[in-house]
Amino acid sequence: MSSRYPDANTGRNSPASVQFPGPGNTRVPFAAFSDPDLYRRELARIFHGPSWHFLGLDDEIPNPGDYKTTYIGETPVIVARVDAARINGFVNRCSHRGNLVCIKERGTATKLTCVYHAWSFDLEGNLTGVAFQRGARGEGGMPDRFRREEHGLRKLRIGTVCGLIFGSLSDEAPELGDYIGPEIGARIRRVLHGRPKVLGSVTQALHNNWKLYAENVRDTYHASLLHLFYGTFGMTRLSAEGGIVIGETGGHHASYSRGSASTAEGNKDYDGLRSNQSGFQLEDARLLRHVDEFGDGITVQILSLFPNFVLHQINNSIAAGIVVPKGPDAAELVWLYLGLEDDDPAMTERRLLQANLSGPAGYISMEDGAVTGFIQRAIKGSEAACAVLDMGGDGHGSTTSRATEASVRGFWHAYRAQMGL
Amino acid sequence: MQATENLLLRLEIDAFNADYAGCIDDDALERWPDFFAEDCLYRITTAENLAANRPLGLIYANSRNMLRDRVVSLRQANIYEPQRYSHQISCLKLGARQGELLEATASFLVVRTMQGGEMSIFAAGRYRDQFRRIGEGWTLQRRIVVLDSKRIDTLLAFPL
Repeated sequence: MSSRYPDANTGRNSPASVQFPGPGNTRVPFAAFSDPDLYRRELARIFHGPSWHFLGLDDEIPNPGDYKTTYIGETPVIVARVDAARINGFVNRCSHRGNLVCIKERGTATKLTCVYHAWSFDLEGNLTGVAFQRGARGEGGMPDRFRREEHGLRKLRIGTVCGLIFGSLSDEAPELGDYIGPEIGARIRRVLHGRPKVLGSVTQALHNNWKLYAENVRDTYHASLLHLFYGTFGMTRLSAEGGIVIGETGGHHASYSRGSASTAEGNKDYDGLRSNQSGFQLEDARLLRHVDEFGDGITVQILSLFPNFVLHQINNSIAAGIVVPKGPDAAELVWLYLGLEDDDPAMTERRLLQANLSGPAGYISMEDGAVTGFIQRAIKGSEAACAVLDMGGDGHGSTTSRATEASVRGFWHAYRAQMGL
Repeated sequence: MQATENLLLRLEIDAFNADYAGCIDDDALERWPDFFAEDCLYRITTAENLAANRPLGLIYANSRNMLRDRVVSLRQANIYEPQRYSHQISCLKLGARQGELLEATASFLVVRTMQGGEMSIFAAGRYRDQFRRIGEGWTLQRRIVVLDSKRIDTLLAFPL
């Protein structure tokens, strides 16, 4: 930890290079995406701080003893199912000498045993076995003062919503439901209207600071400008009705839009739809044929929770993801594509076809990882300059316009509050 | 007799895969859908998804027209840094042959070179194929591209 942060958890001082000149949250210094001291402080104050972090899906660990490993910030964690009703989470670090307890990314176990010296833990995180605790042949062993109960795994708080598992390393985080808030919670329940199951997963390595992706996902302004797929194939959404819901802290958002009726399942006019501007059309329009499973006509909803969770619905494709920080200038985007338990084969096929729209090869998303990487390259030497977030004013309230950077400003509002900046 | 026939079959499929690799590596993507049957399945997945019986495709196309759409999108709509692939396809293994259908697998390694000259091993894995005999030649009825790694560096623009 840098000497500039004598106490990363309480310090209010900030590096001179990372100032937010404002007004409001309309100016973000580029140093915020590269400063190593700031990054260390984020790991302490945001990832170990009073936030909740997406860990995985109920469906990934269906049976007692099933576990998976993931990360909160850079800290490796374990999520394990005790029984049908209860899930526990731990830091994946042996209380003895700090080795990873679970080496495999997923498995099933009745106890968790460290390979280094065979210390073992039950699924509550209690230390239940210390090899040679009483020594060998009457010699060595642990001193009498050693208490197993003082050496359990570090436990996480665990909360779930709609089959999504979240964890927190902080006692100060509000309850998960309060953290998410009613408006954003309703937007999660809208998408996950059945029990979610995993259709598959994929990870994207990003060559940029994690916050550039956190901004990107909240940035409603770029969607039809950077991602030309819709426009090229005559499906411009510029006039589509929609809006943005921004949570109370500013850190969570849900943007949504209603597509034109011509994209709906069964509309035969759609096959021949031709853009006035482009002249291109899909040879196989089944890719975009969707059904209004949510009953509200919303064709795209992008939702984020502070700091690094994303849940998107693009037509009938649903995915949950996190952006995992891997240093000041690197991150990983981990996606879980979802179906719902009661999906029929036709719905599963729709979800698989429309998954072509997102992810590393996504028709309307492959540009995101490219652009955030380009920014990381472009800002070198310009750490004191600022990104401009003036579109739509300087507030971060909910709005019916998507020609705004309100939810990006909201992210920085929540960020600065938690970082003490 | 059987041995000669198998040898010829190997040569034909090897040559098919060499043409396929050349088409992508030479940036002749407009020809790429022609390697597939009209009602083909082309899917890029990961060994992890396959082992868990998870049906997701990073690219999932169940018609040749969807492959054509992807090429048009890559050319007209999508934004990515100039780059090129070099495919190394090896270890061809022929499986069961039933009538016009032939099962086969082959290993692939793709080196990606970016415009600045940065080279990386971008992808490695296995093709799990079903070929269909068309006259004197072959077409892909199914190509499942199984990536060893679940992590893609930034984006996957060109097909594998």
